[in-house]
Amino acid sequence: MTFLKLRNQELIILVVTVTIFILFSVFLNNFFTTGNLLTLMRSVSILGILSIGMAVVVISKGIDLSLIATLAVGTAAASVLSSPDVMPAFQFPFIYAVILGLIFVVFFCCVTGVLVAYWDMASVFVTLAMAGVIYGSGRTLFIRDELNYLPKDAVWLEFLGRGQFIGIPMPIFCFLGVALLVHLLMTKSTFGKFVYSIGDSGLAARTAGVPVRPILVMIFVLAGIIAYFAGLLTAGAISSINTRMVAGSMIYDVLLVVVVGGIGLSGGKGGMHNVILGTLLIGTLLNGMVIMDISFIVQNLIKGIILLLAIMTDTLLNPRDEQTTQQGDI
Amino acid sequence: MKNKFLKIAFGILLAAMPFSLSAEEMGIADPARDKYYSALEGKKVAYVPLAMGFDLTEGWYAGMKTALEPLGIEMILRDPNWSADAGSKAISSLISERPDVMVVHNPDVQTYAKLLRKAEKAGIHVVQVNMKSAFPTDAFVGADWIEIGELVTQKVVDQCGSGTSQKVAIVQGVLTAAASAYQLRGVSNILNKNPNINIVSNQAADWDSTKARAITETTLQQHPDLCGIVGFWDGMDIGTGAAVKEAGMADKVFLATSGGGGKTGCDNLQNDIFDVFVSYDVPGQARDLSNVIKGLLQADNKPGKAGKVSLFTQLQTLTKENMNSYTGAGACWTVESLASK
Repeated sequence: MTFLKLRNQELIILVVTVTIFILFSVFLNNFFTTGNLLTLMRSVSILGILSIGMAVVVISKGIDLSLIATLAVGTAAASVLSSPDVMPAFQFPFIYAVILGLIFVVFFCCVTGVLVAYWDMASVFVTLAMAGVIYGSGRTLFIRDELNYLPKDAVWLEFLGRGQFIGIPMPIFCFLGVALLVHLLMTKSTFGKFVYSIGDSGLAARTAGVPVRPILVMIFVLAGIIAYFAGLLTAGAISSINTRMVAGSMIYDVLLVVVVGGIGLSGGKGGMHNVILGTLLIGTLLNGMVIMDISFIVQNLIKGIILLLAIMTDTLLNPRDEQTTQQGDI
Repeated sequence: MKNKFLKIAFGILLAAMPFSLSAEEMGIADPARDKYYSALEGKKVAYVPLAMGFDLTEGWYAGMKTALEPLGIEMILRDPNWSADAGSKAISSLISERPDVMVVHNPDVQTYAKLLRKAEKAGIHVVQVNMKSAFPTDAFVGADWIEIGELVTQKVVDQCGSGTSQKVAIVQGVLTAAASAYQLRGVSNILNKNPNINIVSNQAADWDSTKARAITETTLQQHPDLCGIVGFWDGMDIGTGAAVKEAGMADKVFLATSGGGGKTGCDNLQNDIFDVFVSYDVPGQARDLSNVIKGLLQADNKPGKAGKVSLFTQLQTLTKENMNSYTGAGACWTVESLASK
């Protein structure tokens, strides 16, 4: 139903995606084949899941730059705590280690949430600092090596990460599943309505009696759990997790999906269909660029230009008004 | 009587002489021995890797510690955790701390070049490991990347002769890293001699296994008859190999890569993720490093004044079949095995 109520921005993105898709299908050999389209979806499904987490935070007019740290450190913690090599004294069955990793993630996300909600700090700075705190404490406390292999009893996770069901890779189901769950949460539950109202205007929401602060904490915890799930899938796909990805550029790809998908940076707007749209656009582009064998530097240039264009469109379609001037952007 | 008694006493004395000698001076003393120990005792060696926590840097550190610490050498570790900026700061502060030797792992050819010159001027011997800077110092210990690129590519080319599709993909690391750029030269040296090989994809995966996986998946979709893949580093190519294996093409696509030759690399050969693994033998490099340091500390040369020495590592080309014969030569090592020697 949401697709019937598309905003201008979404329409533009839909048109762009469809145009690129048709162009690639016509001009690139083997682009429009079932195998390649499944590969395309599969390769961006983890990025898509992460973007769902980021989208919820951005809708509440925040930003979470610690998502990759949460993903990598949480997953690496789970793999270390179940590995026979690293800490023999603390070797748990993998499923318990996953739960311990979850506790680690939730704890740090609560800290982030409390700092943003109760200390009234800007989320961009809190999460930037927390990314360092999460990575640092994880690496000091238990993750000795950057590259951590999954234990032998992680078979179920390897199925989720690289298995197939009726010929479709599992990560695609995981992406769509998470998108559906969060979609229901955001549209049908009180929590979702509160998130949109906070994004629209935190002050008005508070005046109307919305428990703004606890909801903010919950938003960061939700985003963290989603990132942790994305991390587990990453590990399942290659049987290992490398904490070095924290230093990489993945967080910008996540922002790219969210912004390109049309979730306004001024908060209160957009939904899961934006994330799916953004993911498809980026996935189509990445896939096409690899097929055309475009060099890494040019790929980054193209991605940068698209991000700029998306932000310009966002500014054009959602001009700064009285309200945003008063409350500022992210 | 008296004479006989003296004779016996003398005899006993003679008989006892070897024993009394053995307690004090038997064999010959080595005049150079003391000089060796006194030259090394109390010296300081600082180590600035790209980051700790991965097999290469952990292996070198464990190996150097095992070799040098018993001689009374103090090891100082500065871990910049992949930040070239933090690394520069670490080297600057080390220059004022004046260790006797500094072992530096360069992120690229430019960043540390000026600092290394400054360190040598300040009287610190500088040893570069595995990744070269544009400024040559007293010693370089590490792999010859061009040779690695040539070896790995040759292995792939050998598999992809006529009768196959002759389609080959390349998965590079970070474009600006010396290890990636030099390897690429090695790759092109071999490709120039084999013009019939068709490079269908030449992409950089940023040393990231997830990216390597996604790129390889797409390449395999495009070219289901792909013959071989030239990988640039085992830590990244577990993603490349996972994509090949998942596509059910492990038998058809030949994947050659390189790395430190640790246990995980051997495991990946065993599990058919890699077909050929060119190892730059980290235990051997750790020994080369320790010996170069011992040499520099004993010689009287001022830092930067002696000839610049390069010690290229003897490479080991490991396969599933031959790797067991290399374990005695240090292949399939673990950090624990290097530390406990």
